[in-house]
Amino acid sequence: MTWLGSARRWWVAFLAPSFVLLIIFTIVPIAAAGVLSLFQWDLLTDPEFVGLGNFAELARDRQFRSAVVHTLVFIAGYLPVVMVVGLSLALLLNRRSRLAGVSRVVFFMPVVSAWVAVALMWRWMLNSRFGVINWMLGLIGIEGPQWLFERGWAMVSVIGVSVWKDAGFVMILFLAGLQAIPADCREAAFVDGANPWQTFWKVTLPLLTPTVFLVSVILLINSFQVFEQVWILTGGGPLESTTVVVEQIVRNAFSFGRMGYAAAMSWILFAFIFTVTLIQTRLQRRWVHYGG
Amino acid sequence: MAGSPLPVADRPLVSPRTRATVRVRRSVGWVILGVLGLTMIFPFAWSLSTSFQGTDRLLQVPPQLIPESPTLDAYRRVAEVIPLVRIVINSIVVSVSVTVLQIVTSALAGYGLARFKFKGRQVLFLLYLGTLMVPSQVTIVPLFIGMSQLGWLNSLQALILPMIASAFGVFLFRQYFLQMPDEMEEAAAIDGAGPWRTFWKVAFPYARPVAATHGILAFMASWNSFLWPLFIARDEQSMTLPVGLASLHGRYQTDWNLVMAGSVIAVVPVILVFAAMQRHIAAGLLLGGVNR
Repeated sequence: MTWLGSARRWWVAFLAPSFVLLIIFTIVPIAAAGVLSLFQWDLLTDPEFVGLGNFAELARDRQFRSAVVHTLVFIAGYLPVVMVVGLSLALLLNRRSRLAGVSRVVFFMPVVSAWVAVALMWRWMLNSRFGVINWMLGLIGIEGPQWLFERGWAMVSVIGVSVWKDAGFVMILFLAGLQAIPADCREAAFVDGANPWQTFWKVTLPLLTPTVFLVSVILLINSFQVFEQVWILTGGGPLESTTVVVEQIVRNAFSFGRMGYAAAMSWILFAFIFTVTLIQTRLQRRWVHYGG
Repeated sequence: MAGSPLPVADRPLVSPRTRATVRVRRSVGWVILGVLGLTMIFPFAWSLSTSFQGTDRLLQVPPQLIPESPTLDAYRRVAEVIPLVRIVINSIVVSVSVTVLQIVTSALAGYGLARFKFKGRQVLFLLYLGTLMVPSQVTIVPLFIGMSQLGWLNSLQALILPMIASAFGVFLFRQYFLQMPDEMEEAAAIDGAGPWRTFWKVAFPYARPVAATHGILAFMASWNSFLWPLFIARDEQSMTLPVGLASLHGRYQTDWNLVMAGSVIAVVPVILVFAAMQRHIAAGLLLGGVNR
Protein backbone atom coordinates (compact mmCIF):
# COMPACT_ATOMS: atom_id res chain seq x y z
CA MET A 1 0.00 0.00 0.00
CA THR A 2 1.19 3.51 -0.69
CA TRP A 3 -0.32 6.46 1.07
CA LEU A 4 -2.74 8.38 -1.17
CA GLY A 5 -5.25 11.19 -0.91
CA SER A 6 -4.72 13.73 1.83
CA ALA A 7 -2.21 11.42 3.51
CA ARG A 8 0.20 11.56 0.58
CA ARG A 9 1.67 14.90 1.60
CA TRP A 10 3.04 13.33 4.74
CA TRP A 11 6.16 12.21 2.92
CA VAL A 12 7.64 15.63 3.63
CA ALA A 13 7.35 15.11 7.37
CA PHE A 14 8.90 11.67 7.18
CA LEU A 15 11.85 12.75 5.09
CA ALA A 16 12.49 16.17 6.58
CA PRO A 17 14.54 15.34 9.70
CA SER A 18 16.98 13.06 7.93
CA PHE A 19 17.19 15.06 4.75
CA VAL A 20 17.70 18.44 6.38
CA LEU A 21 20.58 16.98 8.39
CA LEU A 22 21.98 15.29 5.30
CA ILE A 23 22.01 18.62 3.46
CA ILE A 24 23.58 20.58 6.30
CA PHE A 25 26.15 18.06 7.42
CA THR A 26 26.97 16.09 4.29
CA ILE A 27 25.91 17.66 1.02
CA VAL A 28 26.84 21.27 1.80
CA PRO A 29 30.24 20.23 3.25
CA ILE A 30 31.01 18.14 0.16
CA ALA A 31 30.34 21.17 -2.04
CA ALA A 32 32.18 23.41 0.42
CA ALA A 33 35.23 21.18 0.23
CA GLY A 34 35.26 21.74 -3.51
CA VAL A 35 35.12 25.53 -3.12
CA LEU A 36 37.57 25.46 -0.24
CA SER A 37 40.14 23.59 -2.32
CA LEU A 38 40.42 26.70 -4.51
CA PHE A 39 41.38 28.90 -1.58
CA GLN A 40 44.22 29.37 0.80
CA TRP A 41 42.88 29.81 4.31
CA ASP A 42 44.40 29.53 7.76
CA LEU A 43 41.16 30.56 9.55
CA LEU A 44 42.99 33.56 11.05
CA THR A 45 43.31 35.83 8.01
CA ASP A 46 40.87 36.21 5.13
CA PRO A 47 40.70 33.35 2.62
CA GLU A 48 42.64 33.99 -0.55
CA PHE A 49 41.53 32.66 -3.92
CA VAL A 50 44.30 30.64 -5.57
CA GLY A 51 42.41 28.83 -8.33
CA LEU A 52 43.94 25.43 -8.93
CA GLY A 53 47.05 26.51 -7.07
CA ASN A 54 46.53 23.97 -4.29
CA PHE A 55 46.35 21.14 -6.77
CA ALA A 56 49.42 22.37 -8.60
CA GLU A 57 51.27 22.49 -5.31
CA LEU A 58 50.06 19.00 -4.40
CA ALA A 59 51.55 17.65 -7.60
CA ARG A 60 54.93 19.00 -6.51
CA ASP A 61 54.57 18.27 -2.79
CA ARG A 62 57.17 15.63 -1.98
CA GLN A 63 55.53 14.77 1.33
CA PHE A 64 52.12 14.25 -0.24
CA ARG A 65 53.57 12.14 -3.00
CA SER A 66 55.29 10.00 -0.41
CA ALA A 67 51.97 9.71 1.46
CA VAL A 68 50.27 8.48 -1.72
CA VAL A 69 53.05 5.97 -2.35
CA HIS A 70 52.91 4.68 1.21
CA THR A 71 49.14 4.36 1.10
CA LEU A 72 49.55 2.22 -2.02
CA VAL A 73 52.33 0.20 -0.40
CA PHE A 74 50.06 -0.37 2.59
CA ILE A 75 47.23 -1.53 0.33
CA ALA A 76 49.55 -3.81 -1.66
CA GLY A 77 50.70 -5.49 1.54
CA TYR A 78 47.48 -5.49 3.50
CA LEU A 79 44.83 -6.39 0.93
CA PRO A 80 46.10 -9.77 -0.34
CA VAL A 81 47.15 -10.96 3.10
CA VAL A 82 43.94 -10.03 4.89
CA MET A 83 41.88 -11.62 2.14
CA VAL A 84 43.82 -14.88 2.25
CA VAL A 85 43.73 -15.01 6.07
CA GLY A 86 40.04 -14.09 6.20
CA LEU A 87 39.13 -16.65 3.55
CA SER A 88 41.15 -19.37 5.27
CA LEU A 89 39.40 -18.65 8.56
CA ALA A 90 36.04 -18.79 6.83
CA LEU A 91 36.86 -22.13 5.19
CA LEU A 92 37.99 -23.55 8.53
CA LEU A 93 34.92 -22.27 10.35
CA ASN A 94 32.33 -23.16 7.75
CA ARG A 95 30.95 -26.08 9.73
CA ARG A 96 28.34 -26.72 12.33
CA SER A 97 29.90 -26.89 15.72
CA ARG A 98 29.66 -25.19 19.04
CA LEU A 99 33.37 -24.46 18.84
CA ALA A 100 32.89 -22.73 15.48
CA GLY A 101 30.43 -20.32 17.11
CA VAL A 102 32.85 -19.52 19.91
CA SER A 103 35.68 -19.06 17.42
CA ARG A 104 33.66 -16.53 15.49
CA VAL A 105 33.34 -14.44 18.64
CA VAL A 106 37.07 -14.71 19.27
CA PHE A 107 38.03 -13.64 15.77
CA PHE A 108 35.59 -10.79 15.98
CA MET A 109 36.95 -9.22 19.15
CA PRO A 110 39.58 -7.13 17.35
CA VAL A 111 36.99 -6.03 14.78
CA VAL A 112 34.69 -4.43 17.35
CA SER A 113 37.47 -2.84 19.41
CA ALA A 114 38.49 0.78 18.93
CA TRP A 115 41.46 1.24 16.63
CA VAL A 116 43.11 3.56 19.11
CA ALA A 117 43.00 0.96 21.89
CA VAL A 118 44.14 -1.85 19.59
CA ALA A 119 47.01 0.21 18.20
CA LEU A 120 48.16 1.10 21.72
CA MET A 121 48.05 -2.54 22.77
CA TRP A 122 50.31 -3.43 19.88
CA ARG A 123 52.55 -0.47 20.42
CA TRP A 124 53.26 -1.83 23.87
CA MET A 125 53.77 -5.38 22.68
CA LEU A 126 56.05 -4.24 19.86
CA ASN A 127 58.17 -2.12 22.17
CA SER A 128 61.69 -3.04 21.16
CA ARG A 129 63.23 -3.33 24.62
CA PHE A 130 60.42 -4.32 26.96
CA GLY A 131 57.80 -5.60 24.54
CA VAL A 132 56.58 -9.15 24.82
CA ILE A 133 57.06 -9.85 21.11
CA ASN A 134 60.78 -9.27 21.14
CA TRP A 135 61.04 -11.16 24.42
CA MET A 136 59.39 -14.18 22.81
CA LEU A 137 61.63 -13.87 19.76
CA GLY A 138 64.57 -13.76 22.16
CA LEU A 139 63.50 -17.12 23.58
CA ILE A 140 64.14 -18.71 20.21
CA GLY A 141 67.35 -16.79 19.75
CA ILE A 142 66.16 -14.03 17.45
CA GLU A 143 66.91 -10.42 18.22
CA GLY A 144 63.78 -8.59 17.18
CA PRO A 145 64.02 -5.28 15.35
CA GLN A 146 62.78 -1.93 16.60
CA TRP A 147 59.46 -2.68 14.96
CA LEU A 148 57.96 0.79 14.87
CA PHE A 149 61.13 2.82 14.56
CA GLU A 150 62.95 1.18 11.69
CA ARG A 151 62.26 1.91 8.06
CA GLY A 152 60.62 -1.08 6.45
CA TRP A 153 59.70 -2.79 9.70
CA ALA A 154 57.42 0.10 10.59
CA MET A 155 55.27 -0.48 7.51
CA VAL A 156 55.37 -4.23 8.06
CA SER A 157 54.10 -3.66 11.60
CA VAL A 158 51.29 -1.36 10.46
CA ILE A 159 50.21 -3.91 7.86
CA GLY A 160 50.49 -6.83 10.29
CA VAL A 161 48.43 -5.15 12.99
CA SER A 162 45.81 -4.14 10.42
CA VAL A 163 45.53 -7.72 9.19
CA TRP A 164 45.18 -8.89 12.78
CA LYS A 165 42.35 -6.43 13.39
CA ASP A 166 40.39 -6.95 10.16
CA ALA A 167 40.79 -10.70 9.54
CA GLY A 168 37.59 -11.46 11.46
CA PHE A 169 35.63 -8.93 9.45
CA VAL A 170 36.77 -10.47 6.17
CA MET A 171 36.02 -13.91 7.61
CA ILE A 172 32.38 -13.01 8.29
CA LEU A 173 31.87 -11.75 4.76
CA PHE A 174 33.38 -14.90 3.27
CA LEU A 175 31.38 -17.14 5.61
CA ALA A 176 28.21 -15.61 4.23
CA GLY A 177 29.46 -16.24 0.71
CA LEU A 178 30.36 -19.83 1.50
CA GLN A 179 26.99 -20.53 3.04
CA ALA A 180 25.29 -19.34 -0.11
CA ILE A 181 27.06 -22.05 -2.14
CA PRO A 182 24.70 -25.02 -2.59
CA ALA A 183 25.99 -28.12 -0.80
CA ASP A 184 25.38 -30.38 -3.81
CA CYS A 185 28.05 -28.57 -5.84
CA ARG A 186 30.77 -29.64 -3.47
CA GLU A 187 29.19 -33.03 -2.91
CA ALA A 188 29.27 -33.67 -6.63
CA ALA A 189 32.96 -32.87 -6.70
CA PHE A 190 33.50 -35.18 -3.76
CA VAL A 191 31.66 -38.06 -5.41
CA ASP A 192 33.78 -37.51 -8.52
CA GLY A 193 36.80 -38.15 -6.32
CA ALA A 194 38.14 -34.61 -6.03
CA ASN A 195 40.29 -33.92 -2.96
CA PRO A 196 39.59 -30.80 -0.85
CA TRP A 197 42.35 -28.86 -2.60
CA GLN A 198 40.89 -29.55 -6.04
CA THR A 199 37.37 -28.92 -4.78
CA PHE A 200 38.43 -25.53 -3.47
CA TRP A 201 40.10 -24.36 -6.68
CA LYS A 202 37.66 -25.88 -9.17
CA VAL A 203 34.34 -25.53 -7.38
CA THR A 204 34.31 -23.38 -4.27
CA LEU A 205 36.48 -20.49 -5.42
CA PRO A 206 34.75 -19.93 -8.77
CA LEU A 207 31.37 -19.95 -7.01
CA LEU A 208 32.77 -17.56 -4.43
CA THR A 209 34.00 -14.94 -6.89
CA PRO A 210 31.04 -12.59 -6.30
CA THR A 211 32.01 -12.47 -2.62
CA VAL A 212 35.68 -12.06 -3.46
CA PHE A 213 34.70 -9.10 -5.61
CA LEU A 214 32.50 -7.54 -2.93
CA VAL A 215 35.14 -7.98 -0.25
CA SER A 216 37.88 -6.52 -2.39
CA VAL A 217 35.78 -3.45 -3.18
CA ILE A 218 34.95 -2.84 0.47
CA LEU A 219 38.51 -3.40 1.65
CA LEU A 220 40.02 -1.22 -1.03
CA ILE A 221 37.71 1.68 -0.20
CA ASN A 222 38.50 1.30 3.50
CA SER A 223 42.23 0.88 3.08
CA PHE A 224 42.61 4.09 1.09
CA GLN A 225 41.34 5.75 4.26
CA VAL A 226 43.92 4.09 6.52
CA PHE A 227 44.68 6.46 9.37
CA GLU A 228 44.22 5.54 13.04
CA GLN A 229 46.73 2.69 13.15
CA VAL A 230 49.36 4.88 11.49
CA TRP A 231 48.62 7.84 13.73
CA ILE A 232 49.01 5.82 16.92
CA LEU A 233 51.59 3.20 15.95
CA THR A 234 54.16 5.25 14.07
CA GLY A 235 52.85 8.79 13.67
CA GLY A 236 53.89 8.47 10.04
CA GLY A 237 57.51 7.85 10.96
CA PRO A 238 60.26 6.95 11.00
CA LEU A 239 61.44 9.49 8.44
CA GLU A 240 57.94 9.61 6.92
CA SER A 241 58.23 5.99 5.90
CA THR A 242 54.64 5.25 6.93
CA THR A 243 52.95 8.58 6.28
CA VAL A 244 49.58 8.15 4.50
CA VAL A 245 47.08 10.40 2.72
CA VAL A 246 44.51 10.85 5.51
CA GLU A 247 47.28 11.56 7.97
CA GLN A 248 48.52 14.35 5.67
CA ILE A 249 44.98 15.75 5.51
CA VAL A 250 44.80 15.79 9.29
CA ARG A 251 48.24 17.33 9.70
CA ASN A 252 47.56 20.09 7.21
CA ALA A 253 44.15 21.00 8.57
CA PHE A 254 44.85 20.36 12.20
CA SER A 255 48.49 21.26 12.80
CA PHE A 256 49.42 23.60 9.94
CA GLY A 257 46.06 25.36 9.59
CA ARG A 258 46.10 24.87 5.80
CA MET A 259 42.39 24.34 5.24
CA GLY A 260 42.25 24.77 1.47
CA TYR A 261 45.23 22.54 0.96
CA ALA A 262 43.75 19.81 3.16
CA ALA A 263 40.43 20.07 1.30
CA ALA A 264 42.26 19.66 -2.01
CA MET A 265 43.93 16.53 -0.64
CA SER A 266 40.57 15.11 0.40
CA TRP A 267 39.28 15.56 -3.14
CA ILE A 268 42.30 13.71 -4.50
CA LEU A 269 41.55 10.89 -2.05
CA PHE A 270 37.96 10.80 -3.26
CA ALA A 271 39.16 10.73 -6.87
CA PHE A 272 41.45 7.80 -6.12
CA ILE A 273 38.71 5.80 -4.44
CA PHE A 274 36.18 6.61 -7.13
CA THR A 275 38.52 5.66 -9.97
CA VAL A 276 39.69 2.42 -8.41
CA THR A 277 36.14 1.32 -7.58
CA LEU A 278 35.10 2.13 -11.14
CA ILE A 279 37.96 0.08 -12.58
CA GLN A 280 37.13 -2.82 -10.27
CA THR A 281 33.50 -2.75 -11.36
CA ARG A 282 34.52 -2.71 -15.01
CA LEU A 283 36.96 -5.58 -14.60
CA GLN A 284 34.58 -7.80 -12.68
CA ARG A 285 32.98 -9.12 -15.86
CA ARG A 286 36.23 -10.87 -16.70
CA TRP A 287 36.51 -12.97 -13.58
CA VAL A 288 33.36 -12.90 -11.47
CA HIS A 289 30.87 -15.72 -12.06
CA TYR A 290 27.29 -14.86 -11.25
CA GLY A 291 24.53 -17.43 -11.05
CA GLY A 292 25.11 -20.87 -12.53
CA MET B 1 24.57 -18.79 11.37
CA ALA B 2 21.58 -20.89 10.43
CA GLY B 3 21.44 -22.96 7.31
CA SER B 4 25.07 -23.91 7.09
CA PRO B 5 25.14 -27.09 5.05
CA LEU B 6 26.36 -30.22 6.74
CA PRO B 7 29.96 -30.82 5.82
CA VAL B 8 30.28 -33.38 3.12
CA ALA B 9 32.32 -35.56 5.43
CA ASP B 10 29.36 -36.24 7.71
CA ARG B 11 27.41 -37.99 5.02
CA PRO B 12 27.40 -41.77 5.10
CA LEU B 13 28.38 -42.33 1.47
CA VAL B 14 32.08 -42.51 2.33
CA SER B 15 34.36 -45.48 2.89
CA PRO B 16 35.96 -45.89 6.35
CA ARG B 17 39.43 -45.10 5.03
CA THR B 18 38.40 -41.79 3.53
CA ARG B 19 36.61 -41.05 6.74
CA ALA B 20 39.86 -41.43 8.64
CA THR B 21 41.67 -39.00 6.35
CA VAL B 22 38.84 -36.58 6.74
CA ARG B 23 39.11 -36.84 10.49
CA VAL B 24 42.83 -36.12 10.36
CA ARG B 25 42.20 -33.12 8.12
CA ARG B 26 39.58 -31.77 10.47
CA SER B 27 41.89 -32.08 13.46
CA VAL B 28 44.61 -30.21 11.58
CA GLY B 29 42.02 -27.56 10.85
CA TRP B 30 41.17 -27.20 14.52
CA VAL B 31 44.84 -26.95 15.46
CA ILE B 32 45.38 -24.13 12.97
CA LEU B 33 42.25 -22.42 14.26
CA GLY B 34 43.46 -22.82 17.81
CA VAL B 35 46.77 -21.16 17.06
CA LEU B 36 45.10 -18.30 15.19
CA GLY B 37 42.55 -17.95 17.98
CA LEU B 38 45.31 -17.60 20.54
CA THR B 39 46.89 -14.94 18.34
CA MET B 40 43.62 -13.04 18.53
CA ILE B 41 43.19 -13.39 22.28
CA PHE B 42 46.75 -12.91 23.41
CA PRO B 43 47.03 -9.12 22.87
CA PHE B 44 43.86 -8.62 24.91
CA ALA B 45 45.12 -10.87 27.67
CA TRP B 46 48.47 -9.16 27.65
CA SER B 47 46.92 -5.69 27.92
CA LEU B 48 44.67 -6.82 30.72
CA SER B 49 47.65 -8.24 32.55
CA THR B 50 49.72 -5.09 32.08
CA SER B 51 46.87 -2.94 33.37
CA PHE B 52 46.99 -4.84 36.69
CA GLN B 53 50.75 -4.56 36.96
CA GLY B 54 52.49 -2.14 39.34
CA THR B 55 54.67 0.46 37.68
CA ASP B 56 57.82 -1.04 39.20
CA ARG B 57 57.07 -4.43 37.64
CA LEU B 58 56.44 -3.18 34.11
CA LEU B 59 59.92 -3.50 32.74
CA GLN B 60 60.95 -6.72 34.38
CA VAL B 61 62.47 -9.59 32.46
CA PRO B 62 61.01 -12.10 31.94
CA PRO B 63 57.60 -10.41 31.67
CA GLN B 64 54.75 -12.15 33.50
CA LEU B 65 51.35 -12.89 32.04
CA ILE B 66 49.83 -13.35 35.48
CA PRO B 67 50.90 -10.44 37.71
CA GLU B 68 52.52 -11.62 40.94
CA SER B 69 51.00 -8.82 42.96
CA PRO B 70 48.06 -7.50 40.93
CA THR B 71 46.98 -3.97 41.73
CA LEU B 72 44.32 -1.49 40.65
CA ASP B 73 46.83 1.33 40.86
CA ALA B 74 46.88 1.96 37.13
CA TYR B 75 43.10 2.36 37.01
CA ARG B 76 43.19 4.70 39.98
CA ARG B 77 45.90 6.80 38.38
CA VAL B 78 44.09 7.00 35.05
CA ALA B 79 41.13 8.47 36.90
CA GLU B 80 43.48 11.01 38.50
CA VAL B 81 45.39 12.22 35.47
CA ILE B 82 42.44 12.51 33.10
CA PRO B 83 38.78 13.23 33.96
CA LEU B 84 37.90 9.60 33.32
CA VAL B 85 34.33 9.66 34.59
CA ARG B 86 33.57 12.69 32.50
CA ILE B 87 35.15 11.11 29.43
CA VAL B 88 33.19 7.88 29.85
CA ILE B 89 29.97 9.87 30.28
CA ASN B 90 30.78 11.87 27.14
CA SER B 91 31.33 8.67 25.22
CA ILE B 92 28.04 7.24 26.44
CA VAL B 93 26.05 10.42 25.77
CA VAL B 94 27.48 10.83 22.28
CA SER B 95 27.16 7.18 21.25
CA VAL B 96 23.65 6.73 22.62
CA SER B 97 22.38 10.00 21.13
CA VAL B 98 23.90 9.27 17.74
CA THR B 99 22.49 5.75 17.76
CA VAL B 100 18.95 6.67 18.80
CA LEU B 101 18.71 9.70 16.52
CA GLN B 102 20.18 7.77 13.60
CA ILE B 103 17.64 5.00 14.02
CA VAL B 104 14.67 7.34 14.30
CA THR B 105 15.57 9.67 11.41
CA SER B 106 16.62 6.79 9.17
CA ALA B 107 13.47 4.80 9.88
CA LEU B 108 11.29 7.84 9.14
CA ALA B 109 13.11 8.65 5.91
CA GLY B 110 13.21 5.00 4.84
CA TYR B 111 9.47 4.79 5.38
CA GLY B 112 8.93 8.00 3.45
CA LEU B 113 10.90 6.69 0.50
CA ALA B 114 9.29 3.26 0.55
CA ARG B 115 5.61 3.93 1.18
CA PHE B 116 4.87 7.25 -0.51
CA LYS B 117 4.81 8.09 -4.19
CA PHE B 118 5.96 11.59 -4.95
CA LYS B 119 7.82 13.46 -7.63
CA GLY B 120 11.56 13.26 -7.19
CA ARG B 121 11.48 10.19 -4.98
CA GLN B 122 13.96 8.37 -7.18
CA VAL B 123 16.28 11.38 -7.32
CA LEU B 124 16.20 11.72 -3.56
CA PHE B 125 17.05 8.08 -3.08
CA LEU B 126 19.95 8.31 -5.52
CA LEU B 127 21.19 11.39 -3.70
CA TYR B 128 21.33 9.37 -0.48
CA LEU B 129 23.19 6.56 -2.21
CA GLY B 130 25.55 9.03 -3.84
CA THR B 131 26.70 10.46 -0.51
CA LEU B 132 27.72 6.95 0.52
CA MET B 133 30.43 7.05 -2.10
CA VAL B 134 32.14 10.14 -0.73
CA PRO B 135 34.70 9.35 1.98
CA SER B 136 34.08 11.14 5.27
CA GLN B 137 37.46 12.85 5.05
CA VAL B 138 36.04 15.13 2.35
CA THR B 139 33.42 16.62 4.65
CA ILE B 140 35.63 16.82 7.68
CA VAL B 141 37.56 20.00 6.89
CA PRO B 142 34.51 22.13 6.00
CA LEU B 143 32.61 20.72 8.98
CA PHE B 144 35.49 21.57 11.26
CA ILE B 145 35.56 25.15 9.95
CA GLY B 146 31.79 25.40 10.40
CA MET B 147 31.96 24.15 13.97
CA SER B 148 34.77 26.48 14.89
CA GLN B 149 32.88 29.46 13.38
CA LEU B 150 29.86 28.52 15.48
CA GLY B 151 32.07 28.32 18.55
CA TRP B 152 31.14 24.67 18.91
CA LEU B 153 34.63 23.25 19.29
CA ASN B 154 34.79 21.17 22.46
CA SER B 155 31.04 20.71 22.50
CA LEU B 156 29.13 17.46 22.51
CA GLN B 157 26.60 18.70 19.95
CA ALA B 158 29.46 19.06 17.47
CA LEU B 159 30.22 15.39 18.02
CA ILE B 160 26.58 14.34 17.69
CA LEU B 161 24.80 16.48 15.08
CA PRO B 162 26.93 15.73 11.98
CA MET B 163 26.71 12.00 12.64
CA ILE B 164 22.92 11.65 12.71
CA ALA B 165 21.93 11.58 9.04
CA SER B 166 22.88 8.11 7.86
CA ALA B 167 22.46 7.34 4.19
CA PHE B 168 23.28 3.75 4.96
CA GLY B 169 20.56 3.56 7.61
CA VAL B 170 18.00 5.12 5.28
CA PHE B 171 18.94 2.56 2.65
CA LEU B 172 18.49 -0.35 5.07
CA PHE B 173 15.12 0.83 6.37
CA ARG B 174 13.85 1.62 2.87
CA GLN B 175 14.65 -1.88 1.65
CA TYR B 176 12.91 -3.35 4.66
CA PHE B 177 9.78 -1.21 4.39
CA LEU B 178 9.49 -2.05 0.71
CA GLN B 179 8.89 -5.67 1.75
CA MET B 180 6.34 -4.83 4.44
CA PRO B 181 3.01 -6.60 3.75
CA ASP B 182 0.29 -4.12 2.77
CA GLU B 183 -2.25 -5.77 5.08
CA MET B 184 -0.47 -4.43 8.14
CA GLU B 185 -0.97 -0.83 7.12
CA GLU B 186 -4.44 -1.43 5.76
CA ALA B 187 -5.62 -2.75 9.10
CA ALA B 188 -4.32 0.39 10.78
CA ALA B 189 -5.89 2.60 8.12
CA ILE B 190 -9.31 0.98 8.64
CA ASP B 191 -9.00 1.87 12.30
CA GLY B 192 -8.60 5.47 11.12
CA ALA B 193 -4.91 5.89 11.75
CA GLY B 194 -3.06 8.35 9.55
CA PRO B 195 0.48 7.84 8.25
CA TRP B 196 2.12 9.17 11.41
CA ARG B 197 0.29 6.90 13.82
CA THR B 198 0.57 3.96 11.47
CA PHE B 199 4.31 4.44 11.35
CA TRP B 200 4.75 4.37 15.11
CA LYS B 201 2.15 1.68 15.84
CA VAL B 202 2.79 -0.67 12.94
CA ALA B 203 5.74 0.10 10.72
CA PHE B 204 8.42 0.93 13.26
CA PRO B 205 7.75 -2.15 15.41
CA TYR B 206 7.81 -4.20 12.22
CA ALA B 207 11.30 -2.90 11.43
CA ARG B 208 12.74 -3.83 14.82
CA PRO B 209 15.32 -6.25 13.35
CA VAL B 210 16.77 -3.52 11.16
CA ALA B 211 16.72 -1.10 14.06
CA ALA B 212 18.65 -3.58 16.21
CA THR B 213 21.24 -4.37 13.57
CA HIS B 214 21.77 -0.83 12.48
CA GLY B 215 21.71 0.37 16.06
CA ILE B 216 24.57 -1.87 17.11
CA LEU B 217 26.68 -0.93 14.14
CA ALA B 218 25.99 2.76 14.73
CA PHE B 219 26.81 2.45 18.42
CA MET B 220 30.13 0.75 17.78
CA ALA B 221 31.12 3.14 15.03
CA SER B 222 30.36 6.07 17.32
CA TRP B 223 31.99 4.59 20.42
CA ASN B 224 35.18 3.80 18.50
CA SER B 225 35.31 6.87 16.29
CA PHE B 226 38.49 8.88 16.45
CA LEU B 227 39.04 11.18 13.48
CA TRP B 228 36.15 13.59 13.96
CA PRO B 229 36.47 13.78 17.77
CA LEU B 230 40.19 14.41 17.28
CA PHE B 231 39.28 17.61 15.44
CA ILE B 232 36.47 18.68 17.76
CA ALA B 233 37.26 17.50 21.28
CA ARG B 234 40.48 19.23 22.16
CA ASP B 235 39.99 19.92 25.80
CA GLU B 236 39.75 17.07 28.23
CA GLN B 237 36.26 17.91 29.44
CA SER B 238 34.76 17.20 26.01
CA MET B 239 36.85 14.21 25.00
CA THR B 240 35.48 10.79 24.19
CA LEU B 241 37.37 7.62 25.11
CA PRO B 242 39.49 7.11 21.98
CA VAL B 243 40.70 10.72 22.02
CA GLY B 244 41.25 10.61 25.77
CA LEU B 245 43.24 7.44 25.31
CA ALA B 246 45.42 8.98 22.63
CA SER B 247 46.09 11.99 24.82
CA LEU B 248 46.84 9.74 27.80
CA HIS B 249 49.42 7.97 25.70
CA GLY B 250 50.80 11.28 24.50
CA ARG B 251 51.51 12.36 28.06
CA TYR B 252 52.49 9.09 29.70
CA GLN B 253 54.48 7.42 26.94
CA THR B 254 56.18 4.87 29.13
CA ASP B 255 53.53 4.21 31.80
CA TRP B 256 52.15 1.30 29.87
CA ASN B 257 50.03 0.07 32.76
CA LEU B 258 48.16 3.39 32.65
CA VAL B 259 47.71 3.27 28.89
CA MET B 260 46.60 -0.37 28.99
CA ALA B 261 44.11 0.36 31.78
CA GLY B 262 42.65 3.07 29.52
CA SER B 263 42.53 0.66 26.59
CA VAL B 264 40.75 -1.96 28.67
CA ILE B 265 38.14 0.60 29.69
CA ALA B 266 37.59 1.54 26.05
CA VAL B 267 37.43 -2.00 24.72
CA VAL B 268 35.49 -3.97 27.33
CA PRO B 269 32.04 -2.34 26.87
CA VAL B 270 31.92 -2.95 23.11
CA ILE B 271 33.13 -6.50 23.46
CA LEU B 272 30.37 -7.14 25.99
CA VAL B 273 27.73 -5.52 23.79
CA PHE B 274 29.03 -7.56 20.91
CA ALA B 275 29.08 -10.87 22.75
CA ALA B 276 25.51 -10.26 23.91
CA MET B 277 24.18 -9.34 20.50
CA GLN B 278 26.46 -11.33 18.25
CA ARG B 279 23.78 -12.46 15.87
CA HIS B 280 22.52 -9.03 14.93
CA ILE B 281 26.01 -7.83 14.24
CA ALA B 282 26.91 -10.64 11.91
CA ALA B 283 23.66 -10.06 10.04
CA GLY B 284 24.30 -6.33 9.93
CA LEU B 285 27.78 -6.64 8.57
CA LEU B 286 26.50 -8.88 5.85
CA LEU B 287 23.94 -6.26 4.95
CA GLY B 288 26.42 -3.48 4.71
CA GLY B 289 30.08 -4.07 5.18
CA VAL B 290 30.64 -0.88 3.24
CA ASN B 291 29.65 1.30 6.10
CA ARG B 292 31.86 0.34 8.93
